[in-house]
Amino acid sequence: MKLQLDIVTPERELFSNEVDIVLAPGPEGQIGILPQHAPLITVLDEGLLITRSGEEELTFAIHGGYMQVLPDRVIVLADVAEGAGEIDIERAEAARQRAEELLKKSPPPEEHAAAMKALRRSLVRIKLARRSHRPYRPQEEQ
Amino acid sequence: METLREIRRRIRSVGNLAQVTHALEAVSASKVQKAQAAVIQTRPYAHRAWEVIVNISGSADSPTHPLLTYREPIQSVLVVLFTSDRGLCGAYNNNIIRVAEAYAKRLGTPVSYVAVGRRGRDALWRMRANLVAEFHNLPAVPGFMDVSPIAQTVIEEFLKGRADQIFLAYTDFVNLLRQQPVIQRLLPLHPSSIEEQALSEYVIDMKPVGVAEYIYEPSAREILNTVLPRFTELQVYQAALEAAASEHAARRMAMHNATENADELLRDLTLVRNKARQKAITSELLDIAGGAEALHQAQQGH
Repeated sequence: MKLQLDIVTPERELFSNEVDIVLAPGPEGQIGILPQHAPLITVLDEGLLITRSGEEELTFAIHGGYMQVLPDRVIVLADVAEGAGEIDIERAEAARQRAEELLKKSPPPEEHAAAMKALRRSLVRIKLARRSHRPYRPQEEQ
Repeated sequence: METLREIRRRIRSVGNLAQVTHALEAVSASKVQKAQAAVIQTRPYAHRAWEVIVNISGSADSPTHPLLTYREPIQSVLVVLFTSDRGLCGAYNNNIIRVAEAYAKRLGTPVSYVAVGRRGRDALWRMRANLVAEFHNLPAVPGFMDVSPIAQTVIEEFLKGRADQIFLAYTDFVNLLRQQPVIQRLLPLHPSSIEEQALSEYVIDMKPVGVAEYIYEPSAREILNTVLPRFTELQVYQAALEAAASEHAARRMAMHNATENADELLRDLTLVRNKARQKAITSELLDIAGGAEALHQAQQGH
């Protein structure tokens, strides 16, 4: 029994394939989805979406959105989503530094919120880029 | 009668012009394809998002949401008018502006506008219409992030009660030769009648599927708060892409016609040039012959 996982954004379809498990960034922490999950619609936070299919592990950066879960299907409707190969680590680092410097100056609430969002976004990207350098290994080898 | 040199200069300049319009035609043709590809890419998301909206609003204890709520009577309407920033695209802008103006007159309620594109903004200024906001300098093929400020402005107008209904006025891309100005409702959303909804061609209508009740995390209302603004943004995005594809198709056509006209002019001018050249040769020959004859007669006279 497998799960059909679709990751779509308004601009494109990023991923569509069968997987064994989905770990998604829920509003209160990672949510693990296995086949035969109860029907669920949930909001998604900024974070990493990890999916495994056999030995293969894939990670995506999700920047907000929501997810629909059915017993045999998971549909992720992300505002923005990226695969590991799409991250420019230097750009993400630069974005993080910019956001941090802005936050140090204690800007007005509106700018503060925007900077926080940019910071969270860049952190997720950096996390994804770092992670993909470390290939997935099954647990017994660790 | 122009001199031969003047005609040659004109031929050169018309030839250059034809090259430029031909190049612009090719550029526009490739932009049409990019915009079309982008709008097709929105389909998977549009289907899924609509499915979620239908499911939530179809469930027994569905929460009400301001973006789903009709207001009676309708006291004010907002029209989002999509035009281009630049000209050289035939009747593209005039067509949609005329349709929007006629529609607004028929409504009988006060109409305010959001202009997307300089041409529409200028036209609305001339009409002394009530312009709430204007956006221009969108990329040739806009991205989702480029248009979401437009959607957010519109949603705010709706939620603050300054407009009871929102319409999109844009040019639907039918094919390279045909673009259709259309006006469709954006807000409020009405989950039970998709065909009345803007950009419904990108959504497969579906009845609420008989799935057991969903668990909503954190709540159905929270989900709607995320889904509905996104879906509205998506529709504005789709309209912007349709408008972009239509604009480039219209410009391609205009440039195609310009190239044809230039080619025709070139043929006419070539004919004139050849005639002028022939005439010059003939008159030169006559001069020589006349001169020779005069010389001959002068010699015989001695």
